[in-house]
Amino acid sequence: MKHIKTLSVLFILSLTILAACSNDDDPVPVNEEEVITTVTIELTNGTEKVILQSRDLDGDGPNAPEIQGGTLKANTTYSGVITLLNETETPAENITDEVAAEADEHQFFYSAAGIASTFTYTGTNDSNGNPVGINFTVSTEGAGTGVYTVTLRHEPNKSATGVKEGNITNAGGETDVEISFPITVE
Amino acid sequence: MIFILLLSFSTVESQNCEYTFSGLVEDFHDKSPIIGATVFIKNQNKYAVTNSEGKFSIPNVCSGNSTIEVSHVACEPQTFELNVSSNIFKIIDLEHHEEELKEIHIKGATGLKTKTAQETLLKTKTLEKFSGGSLGDAIKSISGVSSINTGNNIVKPVINGLNGSRVLISFNNVRLHDQEWGVEHAPNIDVNAAQSISVIKGANALQYGGDAIGGVVIINPTKSSIEKDTLYGKSIISQQTNGRLFSVMTSLNKSYQSGWYVNGQASFKRAGDFEAANYNLTNTGINQKAFTINTGYRKFEKGFEAFYSYLSNEIGILSASHFGNVSDLVTAIESDKPSIIRDFSYDINNPKQDVTHQLLKTNFYKRFKGFGMLSLQYDYQVNHRLEFDRRIGDNANLQAVDLKLKTHSFKTDLKLDSNLDRIYKVGIHGFYENNFSDPITKVRRLIPDYDRFNFGVYSIANFKFDTFMFSGGLRYDVEHINAKKFYQQSRWYNLNYQDDFSDIIIDPDVSGSQLLTNPKFTYHNISASLGLTYNVNRQNTFTVNYGLANRAPNPSELFSDGLHHSAARIELGDLRIKTETSNRFSASYKFNNEKLNLGVETFYNHIKDFIYIEPSGQETTNRGAFPVWSYKQVNAQLFGIDTDIQYEINNNFSVSNKSSLLKGRDLSGNRPLLDIPPFKTTTSLVFKKENWNHFFASIESEFNARQNEYPNNNFNVFLPTLNESVLVDISTPPPAYHLLNFSSGFEFKLSKVHLNVNVFVDNVLNESYRNYLNRLRFFADDLGRNFKIQLKINY
Repeated sequence: MKHIKTLSVLFILSLTILAACSNDDDPVPVNEEEVITTVTIELTNGTEKVILQSRDLDGDGPNAPEIQGGTLKANTTYSGVITLLNETETPAENITDEVAAEADEHQFFYSAAGIASTFTYTGTNDSNGNPVGINFTVSTEGAGTGVYTVTLRHEPNKSATGVKEGNITNAGGETDVEISFPITVE
Repeated sequence: MIFILLLSFSTVESQNCEYTFSGLVEDFHDKSPIIGATVFIKNQNKYAVTNSEGKFSIPNVCSGNSTIEVSHVACEPQTFELNVSSNIFKIIDLEHHEEELKEIHIKGATGLKTKTAQETLLKTKTLEKFSGGSLGDAIKSISGVSSINTGNNIVKPVINGLNGSRVLISFNNVRLHDQEWGVEHAPNIDVNAAQSISVIKGANALQYGGDAIGGVVIINPTKSSIEKDTLYGKSIISQQTNGRLFSVMTSLNKSYQSGWYVNGQASFKRAGDFEAANYNLTNTGINQKAFTINTGYRKFEKGFEAFYSYLSNEIGILSASHFGNVSDLVTAIESDKPSIIRDFSYDINNPKQDVTHQLLKTNFYKRFKGFGMLSLQYDYQVNHRLEFDRRIGDNANLQAVDLKLKTHSFKTDLKLDSNLDRIYKVGIHGFYENNFSDPITKVRRLIPDYDRFNFGVYSIANFKFDTFMFSGGLRYDVEHINAKKFYQQSRWYNLNYQDDFSDIIIDPDVSGSQLLTNPKFTYHNISASLGLTYNVNRQNTFTVNYGLANRAPNPSELFSDGLHHSAARIELGDLRIKTETSNRFSASYKFNNEKLNLGVETFYNHIKDFIYIEPSGQETTNRGAFPVWSYKQVNAQLFGIDTDIQYEINNNFSVSNKSSLLKGRDLSGNRPLLDIPPFKTTTSLVFKKENWNHFFASIESEFNARQNEYPNNNFNVFLPTLNESVLVDISTPPPAYHLLNFSSGFEFKLSKVHLNVNVFVDNVLNESYRNYLNRLRFFADDLGRNFKIQLKINY
């Protein structure tokens, strides 16, 4: 019994550690660092350049993003690159760099609806040899109108069926970007 | 022995034995004479009994030092030293009404806090079962009390359908200030620190606060025994299969005859990923450390206390519940399994919470003869809440929420109990609180920095007649809040604040298109309670009561602003929100005889300007679409019946049932209220055999109905990846479910040590189920089967 009592004294004492306090001042404004205000996709075919852009300067604020779509040529292959910026900071912060640095935790997915187009990943893969999708190509087919959707997933399951090829269905993970751009193919 | 005898003989010889010791024995409280008390001079073996006037007289008392003992059947005996050198007349105050006094002495450790309210007391034995669990789990065993959960470790008590800042939690007579406003903020209490817990439904305990529209939970920590030289302790060790949980708690008490005491209690709990019936719940571990230290001096007439409590909780939040936007939510709702299932691990990764709560309390009391008791108390609390989201880049391990709430409070209470049939209490309370939202997070603040001041006065009267007990109370509180808050300019205009609140802007052009405002609000709140208990006879008791309570909006209802990442919704408070007012009427009936205990409680609660949060639209960002949840006010009503029956079939078998039915309606919108717990009934059969080492075995059946009355808050969202609009079903409640639980145990006596071994099996049938009031019900099932073994040692 004595041992139990001694042990319990030791146990109580061993947990007697206090936390420190900090002082408080007037509030300092916070500009969110991870907010993605601007998503730009640059599609090039030789000298022709098409810019797709979604800009949401108030981030999670009430204003919806301003979306600029584009017009592409039928039966043409464009090479594409996506850039994510945080423009609430000056100079703007390039979030694509962070995505590239954590390539194995991120993947962009591209898809078309209403029109037929084929997307293929190009450029650097992550350390496991899986795609990241910052660079890609898109091949258009016949004329029509529709949307291209880009999705960025955080911690997707890259080994699930079809994910490496760019099919989002089984990817899981958490959505960091999801934008549809109106597209006209002529 | 002979030596002592000789010594005493020689002293007696030298004494002069012709003095008279006379006096009066009277009641400490009301100064009435005490008849039939014995006054005993110990070393002279002389005594007398008081007469009808409370007087006594002992002739032929010898000179010198003597020990006098005064005793009476209904009183605590009193002992004092007396030096006799002449005739002595002395007035002796006895502490009459021992039963009543015990309640004061042990501060209700065994008694109820109120006499006329709907109150249920949970004693140590019941609480010990939950040693490895949470406060919310423990008090859920009371009919009418449920919980709103975020997973299985974040459990908020719900009393008659109301939770959050509508439920006041008092720990060792200190009102907890712990950012209680969010659904994912569990009360910062270690259930092991409680000796007993009282749950009062409705705002009928005005000395604790006037804004407890839902109810009051009073947690009494272990109190040392009084004026006795003792040392005793207790340890409980629990181990369970689900989550591979291990917990240990130990407590030790030392008290002295002189009135000094010291006690301490510490607990440690650790669990890894819990399991549902068919899969692991990844990242649902918990790591809890807590201790309390209490010391002081306690005598009947005066005493003081110094108390410190520390609690640190690291709680993992189901990985699969963290999602990016509404598309992810749709995917989660449509899938019957969580999106992330990994092997068991003790690791707690992001998303998680890390909360530390420290409390320091000192109090002092003094009793005045024939008057009452005055007590003064100061306490200081610091609540530090860190919430970690899944973030990227350099910020991956940086907290997304960092709130520090510091509260200083002071109270003075005066209890006038010179007449125990007419007890009055008056008190003055005040607190100053500061919330600091650290910009270190690099995330815009969901809750701003603010200062809050409160000042309250109350008065309560308790009257006792033959068969009636009446109590009434009135309380007034003034509360002032002074915040400094940044708004995005776009949000400010979107909420139309430019017309009503332009005068609170102190800096219109802060970087990042923000403006800085200084909202200041003052609220005046009146609360009142009236209660009547009628003891028809020994078996039948009726209680009726009425409570009026006003609750000022809390900071999240006023100021919430922005994306709540873990809930993937934009939450908006409203500066225009005003106080809500509750009028609650209740009635209870209790029947007790040797075989049967029956209790029925009903209530009707009308809440004017009830504040709640509900979907109000959608906003699109580059992340995709988010639902917007805004705080609004409606008139609401709640109506409920709670029943509690225990029947002793014979010496070995007993059966009991607890059931609760609750209806909640939004009267303004004429539709059901959100998050009202469905009908629940729990029946248990217990077998007991005292002479088999106190063996018991119990089987419990818990039935939770489906909530059929719910508001339809579903909305449509366009999913770009599918190029179509889909319905987001966030309203439909999960189906009914039925759980079987088993428990059994023995008690052994080994010299001075009592040893209890208890075994529990929760969810014996390994049922997969989801609870309507678990916020994670969209993502995963609730807990599967769990074997638990508990070892308790009393020494």
